[in-house]
Amino acid sequence: MSFETVIGLEVHVELKTNSKIFCGCSTEFGAPPNTHTCPVCLGHPGVLPVLNKQAVDFAMKASMALNCDINRLTKFDRKNYFYPDNPKAYQISQFDKPVGENGWIEIEVNGEKKKIGITRLHLEEDAGKLTHAEGEGYSLVDYNRVGTPLVEIVSEPDIRSPEEAYAYLEKLKAIMQYTEVSDCKMEEGSLRCDANVSLRPKGQKEFGTKTELKNLNSFTHVQKGLEYEEKRQEKDLLNGVKILQETRRWDDAGKKTILMRVKEGSDDYRYFPEPDLENLYINDEWIERVRESIPELPDARQKRYIKKLGLPEYDAKVLTQQKAMSDFFEEGLELDGPPKQLSNWLMGEVSAYLNQNGKEITEVPLTPDGLVKMIQLIEKGTISSKIAKKVFKELIEKGGDPEKIVKDKGLVQISDEGEIRQMVVKTLDENPQSVDDYKNGKDKAIGFLVGQIMKASKGKANPQVVNKLLVEEIKQR
Amino acid sequence: MERITKNQVKHVAHLARLEFTEEEIEKFAFELDEIINFAEQLNELETDNVEPTSHVLDVQNVLREDEVKPSLPREETLRNAPDQKDGQFKVPSVLE
Amino acid sequence: MELFDHTLSDLHELLHKQEVTVTDLVKESFKRIKEVDDKVGAFLLLNEENAMAQAKKLDEQLSEGKADPSEILFGLPVGIKDNMMTLGMKTTAASQILDNFEPVYNATAVEKLIDANTITVGKLNMDEFAMGSSNENSSYKLCRNPWDLSRVPGGSSGGSAAAVASGQVPFTLGSDTGGSIREPAAFCGVVGLKPTYGRVSRYGLIAFASSLDQIGPITRTVEDNAYVMQKIAGHDHRDSTSVDKPVPDYLKALTGDIKGMKIGVPKEFLAAGVEDGVKARIKEALAKLEELGATCEEVSLPHSKYALPAYYILSSSEASANLARFDGIRYGVRKEENELLQTYKKTRSEGFGDEVKRRIMLGTFALSSGYYDAYYTKAQKVRTLVKEDFEDLFLQYDVLIGPTTPTVPFKIGENVEDPLTMYVNDILTNLMNLAGVPAISVPCGQADGLPVGLQIIGKHFDEETVYKVAHAFEQATDHHKMKPEL
Repeated sequence: MSFETVIGLEVHVELKTNSKIFCGCSTEFGAPPNTHTCPVCLGHPGVLPVLNKQAVDFAMKASMALNCDINRLTKFDRKNYFYPDNPKAYQISQFDKPVGENGWIEIEVNGEKKKIGITRLHLEEDAGKLTHAEGEGYSLVDYNRVGTPLVEIVSEPDIRSPEEAYAYLEKLKAIMQYTEVSDCKMEEGSLRCDANVSLRPKGQKEFGTKTELKNLNSFTHVQKGLEYEEKRQEKDLLNGVKILQETRRWDDAGKKTILMRVKEGSDDYRYFPEPDLENLYINDEWIERVRESIPELPDARQKRYIKKLGLPEYDAKVLTQQKAMSDFFEEGLELDGPPKQLSNWLMGEVSAYLNQNGKEITEVPLTPDGLVKMIQLIEKGTISSKIAKKVFKELIEKGGDPEKIVKDKGLVQISDEGEIRQMVVKTLDENPQSVDDYKNGKDKAIGFLVGQIMKASKGKANPQVVNKLLVEEIKQR
Repeated sequence: MERITKNQVKHVAHLARLEFTEEEIEKFAFELDEIINFAEQLNELETDNVEPTSHVLDVQNVLREDEVKPSLPREETLRNAPDQKDGQFKVPSVLE
Repeated sequence: MELFDHTLSDLHELLHKQEVTVTDLVKESFKRIKEVDDKVGAFLLLNEENAMAQAKKLDEQLSEGKADPSEILFGLPVGIKDNMMTLGMKTTAASQILDNFEPVYNATAVEKLIDANTITVGKLNMDEFAMGSSNENSSYKLCRNPWDLSRVPGGSSGGSAAAVASGQVPFTLGSDTGGSIREPAAFCGVVGLKPTYGRVSRYGLIAFASSLDQIGPITRTVEDNAYVMQKIAGHDHRDSTSVDKPVPDYLKALTGDIKGMKIGVPKEFLAAGVEDGVKARIKEALAKLEELGATCEEVSLPHSKYALPAYYILSSSEASANLARFDGIRYGVRKEENELLQTYKKTRSEGFGDEVKRRIMLGTFALSSGYYDAYYTKAQKVRTLVKEDFEDLFLQYDVLIGPTTPTVPFKIGENVEDPLTMYVNDILTNLMNLAGVPAISVPCGQADGLPVGLQIIGKHFDEETVYKVAHAFEQATDHHKMKPEL
């Protein structure tokens, strides 16, 4: 029997506001514990929430970018549960009137495009941070994060494979970054994902029993966790073992999912309308104002790169995956950088360097201006592409002006025929055996000779001129 | 409506993080039942076309600007902490 | 004549004529507290040292002519119900779970009084978390009715009303969720206003039922009440439900002229269940109002009988969430066990009293899955109907009038066994919380030697008319001049 995988994702994204959703405390990451707290976010007796307008704007912006309908009447509800990271013992969230509903995003896996439905996007407050002291019998609570505005984005169970899940997350993250509502830093917890996964026999309409995966700290973990669950559930189903409604967590060290708890029925959160916050009525004007603030999104950029710039589809896709990279490219274009060369460098050397060093493009000294100028030096023949790699290394590590680097380091290409001829003659004199070999039909010998000449010129000789003069000189011997 | 059972009382108590002796559970089952019976008078009213009121005044869109205000000094935050360690609130562990 | 037989404006005048000092007033307050509060039990905490130091400072300001003469409340002693945050003064809501709680901020209403240079002499007894109608649910001590120490002062603001009635302070703040200002005001023979929902900031008031709670003043006279209200009313950016509307000059409304005013008298308020003695006083009061030129007509609030169950479901549901934060994690008394769940359960089971637990249970049940629509949503719909009843009547009438309570103060211990009988005490007051309308209780004489309260109910944000009628009635009678012997 073969099975079909059904996946739904719940993604929490922290919004990039300056202050918390219901109080004026800073949302800045990394402050000493319990220094970004006040009576309101600590849930002291008598406090009341006051809604941050920017959080609502961001939630609307994200909803629109995800093609959601905006609810004209939206409101907040209390979700009741006890946990030390939840100071009021209720979380202010949205139950029946989320900011956005019925959206979708398009993903592409193995060249096939597919729309994944988005059930809802709602606004809520984040919880604090609970650290368990292993084996000590206690935990510590830091409330700095509590009250950071979050949107929870719930997908339809439209995802059919771990690869699709990965692609969905990549796309979702890109959209959140393009709209500038979130940093989406998984390592700082500003993007978090839970996954629901179930299997059903191919052709069956009803969903199978699902398990919920938690502790997915990277998109790769999501994919690996889902792959593992797919196999685990398939094996159980084939062996006639019933799948239980479980919460499991991904153990990256053990490369497996581990049972956290079996769910009995659904949790009873006793939602009811938050009496301390008034309803929100969102009119056309408000919607338009937010809509106008939405920049060009990755899909639109991708199309433009292909149609207007003539970039290959692959380039366009890779370049637009991350907003920072795409913005860098855009700035390069503004400075009259040639699109294809810019794209080649960004996808090649730049990406390689960033991957190797685990950095973002915004975290290195390289500027669009530097890169464009360097490309222009290559095009003018001032430097060879080989030399360019040296210049690039300098630019990405230390920054600076390429022309100055080339000048200071004496990297200007030698194209003067007289100068190069001297080097050619000298090299031929020193390597009579290679000359003979060449004449005896060993074509490889020419490569060796070129290499010697380039070495002698410290890489600065114009290779085309070298080739031309070398052939001329050999003929005369 | 069925009477409030002792099991229901126990479930509700757990949701509310309260615990009671068997005797108290019995008393609560009786009292809650009485109060719920009393509340069931409301069923006499036909309310299909009535909108529920959650906020008594028609106030809407109360929002604040996204401005950072000073937080409490940490001593104040921790002033009432029943237990603390390293600037954090110390709590007994959760049994998984 | 005792010092606190004077009105607030008289005290103000005495201060500015330098016939008394702020220190005299504060001393008088503490002297009176020491004399009578052993018997009454109005105060849970006294702030004597700070209050005296503050009095000294204010006296200096006065003698240097730096005191604003238009600030009527300057230098006057006040008592605050113990469910409002007071920086530097323990705040417990009369609960063991907050036995050690030190607020880190002031409630907005408290802050406004501090800004007016009042002096907080202490925190007042109440039913635990404001849940009760007799003050018998205080986890600290009994509060007794100054008119008859064997009887309850009413609740939940029992201490606030008893302290004023027994002359310990000239005014206090109370809070009212289903009658908690008006019922004790009626039982103790003083004036208590529950303002329109949203008129006074709730910031810093320990929430019982957020959609119903309001802070209001308790005083000996209507004029005093208006002075305090003038100070505490108004928009607060920290309370999203406080309304951004200008606060009218309440004192200007106190003209004594109610000629031509139309008064509706809901027949349900004088129906069975209301004691004859109470009915008699109310009828006399209505006659007096007609004498003053108003017209009284019988009207109906058809859904009033459903208000009480709806009120208990809504208030308990909100309370179940509002009181969930008392979990021993960040503040309050923790009963630590070796793991979290048991710590929660022990902390809350031992920290809360029976009535609080009963309401949390009721509220949790009403919100729980499978019951929500049958109870909570249903009660919200009934709330709509009750609100509409009032709206309909206020199209024709300026105010509605009836008794504040169905009975005179009952004996301590008389109603504690059966929660339902106790809940019925709120039957004439909780409707106004459901509808959000303002209502005042003013003394209208006695029955069996015990105070009876006249309740005057107004339109949303029309405290002026409520005060106007209350003041006209008060000035035409001598009920407010009666004092309990202690």
